[in-house]
Amino acid sequence: MSDFTHEVPGGAAWSFPIRAGRLVTLTALGDDACVSTLLFGPDRLDRLNVPDTLKAQMSACIKAPMVLMSDRGVALASVVSSSLDWHDCLTGFGSDAHLARFGPSSYAVDRNDWKRSARTGLVSELTKHGLGEADLHGSVNFFSKVGITDDPHGTLGLLTGVSHEGDTVTLRTEVDVLLVLATAPHPLSTTPYAPAGVRIDVAIAEPVTSDDPSWQFRDESARALEQARRLAA
Amino acid sequence: MTTTLQATVLDTVVQAGDGALIRVPAGGRLRIVDTHGNQAVDTLLYDADDIDNRYSAFDTIREQGAVYLTTGSRLLSTRLDELAVISDDTCGRHDTIGGACAQESNVIRYGEHVRHQHACRQTFLAYGAAAGIGQRQLGHNINFFMNVPVDSLGNLNFEDGVSAPGKYVEIVASRDILVLISNCPQLNNPCNGWDPTAVQLLGWWES
Ligand SMILES: [Zn+2]
Repeated sequence: MSDFTHEVPGGAAWSFPIRAGRLVTLTALGDDACVSTLLFGPDRLDRLNVPDTLKAQMSACIKAPMVLMSDRGVALASVVSSSLDWHDCLTGFGSDAHLARFGPSSYAVDRNDWKRSARTGLVSELTKHGLGEADLHGSVNFFSKVGITDDPHGTLGLLTGVSHEGDTVTLRTEVDVLLVLATAPHPLSTTPYAPAGVRIDVAIAEPVTSDDPSWQFRDESARALEQARRLAA
Repeated sequence: MTTTLQATVLDTVVQAGDGALIRVPAGGRLRIVDTHGNQAVDTLLYDADDIDNRYSAFDTIREQGAVYLTTGSRLLSTRLDELAVISDDTCGRHDTIGGACAQESNVIRYGEHVRHQHACRQTFLAYGAAAGIGQRQLGHNINFFMNVPVDSLGNLNFEDGVSAPGKYVEIVASRDILVLISNCPQLNNPCNGWDPTAVQLLGWWES
């Protein structure tokens, strides 16, 4: 049963509280999408911790069936499926400085096509929930892949042509979360300004069974899910 | 008023599991010495005039186009302001994606039996409080001397440190900054050889 669907156009931002036990499917509405996403737990103080998420699951990127862990070791959401095996979470979201190459833009001139950065959009959405700049944290940039080189510096670069219109990622919320996202260009993007939008479908998740891939993935993933289970108990 | 340029104004030892909050004025130089080797020094930086303008690991990584920190790395804030630059580094590279240990993340990684072990997050909160740094202000930190290799396949590992006794890293403040340090008490991984040890802090700036 589908709860609701919402479309966020490219270059915009959105936030919404989503209850535990929902499937949240993000669908890219264009090629090379970048959906910079922040997640908060039920009290809005506990939030996504990308370093903890990565080190506990021995990964430098986000992919199924990893769980997204909070500062307090709670699984906020599980990545239950994705058409892509790599979502960037090491390079943060873009600031106004990253839009400068597109030239000046303002509401007065461009009306609702004015160009705003992911950071501006995320802070605006955070503020609506009584949060703000202090609550920014490492984002997951869904649909973006930033390749890592095996050299002594760990050189990074955005890969284009990896994600396409129709690519999806589905998260299962493990606790009540606040989802905050922006669809501005990836900060390492060098292509013309054409950020893809994203469709969000929210549905009721099936009860989790003992063979759930995220529970089975690693002992660390299961322990974070257990913390979430206790929080919801 | 007598002003001594670049006098040694700081020379202190931070014991394993302890921390420090140090105000370094613009142009000041702070050296962290790994006295015994293989220690992890979890570090956060803040604009001294506005703690919301704090170190950002992922902005720093992106703007330098590389995962590891070393000499020349500009340590950027969430507003892309340069807070400090690594001016010298005898270790070679430092981690900024491994994060700090916390009681809760220790439970996730090692199991419930470690819940009441001391962890960096408590040290950060204890020493940060004097500057108004609380839970919301704890961003993703630097781990000086820690070795967390990532590879082109997207794997991440924790390995024995690349540091050694006497190795040091030095930063020069680009503006007035607060440096919040937790000398990691972690006993459960090889980053500090299962034996956390003391570090020395040396500072040179106008007093
Ligand atoms: Zn630690």
